[in-house]
Amino acid sequence: MTTTVNTVTGAAETMVLNMGPQHPSTHGVLRVVLELDGETVLKARPEIGYLHTGIEKSCEAKTYSQAITLTDRLDYVAPLSNNLCYCLAVEKLLGLEVPKRAQYIRVLLTELTRIGSHLVWLGTHAIDLGAMSVFLYCFREREELMKIFELVSGQRMMTSYFRIGGLALEPPPGWVQHIERFVKMFPSRIGEYERLLTQNRIWLARTKGIGVLTADDAIALGVSGPTLRSTGVAYDVRKFFPYSSYDEFEFDVPTCTEGDCYARYLLRVAEMRESLKIVRQAMQKIPSEGPIRTEAPGIIPPEREKMKTEMEALIYHFKIYTEGFSPPPGEVYQAIESPRGELGFYVASDGSPKPWRVKVRAPSFINLQALPKLVEGRLIADVVTCIGTIDIILGEVDR
Amino acid sequence: MTDIQDLEEKPVVRKLRAWDSQAGTEVREFRGELTIVVPREHLRRAAEFLRGDPELQFTFLADLTGVDRFPIEPRFELNYHLLSLARRERVRLKVRVSGDDPVVESVTAVWPTANWHEREVFDLFGVRFEGHPDLRRILMPEDWEGHPLRKDYPVEGYR
Repeated sequence: MTTTVNTVTGAAETMVLNMGPQHPSTHGVLRVVLELDGETVLKARPEIGYLHTGIEKSCEAKTYSQAITLTDRLDYVAPLSNNLCYCLAVEKLLGLEVPKRAQYIRVLLTELTRIGSHLVWLGTHAIDLGAMSVFLYCFREREELMKIFELVSGQRMMTSYFRIGGLALEPPPGWVQHIERFVKMFPSRIGEYERLLTQNRIWLARTKGIGVLTADDAIALGVSGPTLRSTGVAYDVRKFFPYSSYDEFEFDVPTCTEGDCYARYLLRVAEMRESLKIVRQAMQKIPSEGPIRTEAPGIIPPEREKMKTEMEALIYHFKIYTEGFSPPPGEVYQAIESPRGELGFYVASDGSPKPWRVKVRAPSFINLQALPKLVEGRLIADVVTCIGTIDIILGEVDR
Repeated sequence: MTDIQDLEEKPVVRKLRAWDSQAGTEVREFRGELTIVVPREHLRRAAEFLRGDPELQFTFLADLTGVDRFPIEPRFELNYHLLSLARRERVRLKVRVSGDDPVVESVTAVWPTANWHEREVFDLFGVRFEGHPDLRRILMPEDWEGHPLRKDYPVEGYR
């Protein structure tokens, strides 16, 4: 790929430097074209697309159920958030109501996903800035979460556990005990990270007052999630447009007003505590028995037992897995609060078993647009901090 | 589906109609989502109005989605998903663009976030945005031929 760079007029002697796409702190394959005056960044231009795999196009060639597996591969650090958002969108298109038990399990698992995603963020962000031990600690706890996901869905990462109308399978016996153990252990672990970082002089020097974003700029640039909330705007989709029974849970939406990298660090740590609060409530709420899938003949696969005794169930099963189901023609936009911000799925149907169009409103893609605002006029070393702090996942940026 | 009369009563529709009766040609609601179809020549002005109106305050452009309705003409649909943080309300503006002349006015001056969104629609659908500061491909390589999300573009690509 060739790129022409417009140098800033009036700059006497500048240098153009490619940061990435193989730079370790770009978290994947992001390339930032920097125009430098010495060590100062005059202009930064993110170049993306290195990981473009045409997921949206592929969705058009799959049935509604098959497309779920593609959503895992968008934001691969929080696959359950993508599953949830896509399923909610298709359920909205169909006008389906999901049983409460499945809704609570969805909330529980997506909040664990949020913790896991923030752990990956904190670990990698810390290692970018030279704090190796935090990285190891964070991945130690994330491993526990991975075990929980594997226990429940059979997969560590590409879970595809949420399905249209409910869940893929009944969680195995004893799964709640695993989560209880994690919930008991985790608060002290957050304390450990905070002891290592919050008052750490190097950490403060590298993050405080760096990459400042104002609320007006953030809204104009469409920034969402913790990056937006660090500027003082308390926009959280879970509170503004509750989905999956989030209105029944009590939790706060932490905000800061500084808008710098340190504020975003504090926020994400606070968000892990809030998520833990939701997980505790969800464990109380989830009934030990009850349906995990809604009943909608011809759309939701029937139970295995029924297929052995009922002719209709067998026919529906065959039809769902061979040709799929056909939602009414129409279009919906469904948003959820993913760990990175507003994740949205636009799904349009033409009345056939395959979606006419699936569009992903990827929060990383839009938040990345704010990068030049954060780094221009600052040092190269701050570019590393700023890329880390907006928490991008290239799978989602490039789709 | 809600009664058409109820839709006309909604503040967004009412205010948009009062401002310019030509701005919204069709109003629809599906699954609780409001869609206003805006003629292409009114888009930019309607966007400015919806963003700037002190009561509506659609300051946040959440998403811009292109849809190809091929072989129906006008084949392209652009869906602007607006969000008003003050009113906790969403609305979808829909603009239809023909395949012969796929040009629409850019809204980057209204919502700077539209910059990458419009580049993406340009890249994947070949719709051009007039007044865009830097309309280049964003996801596909610069020398790529064709626009992959068009319906007449094969899923496997051209071989």
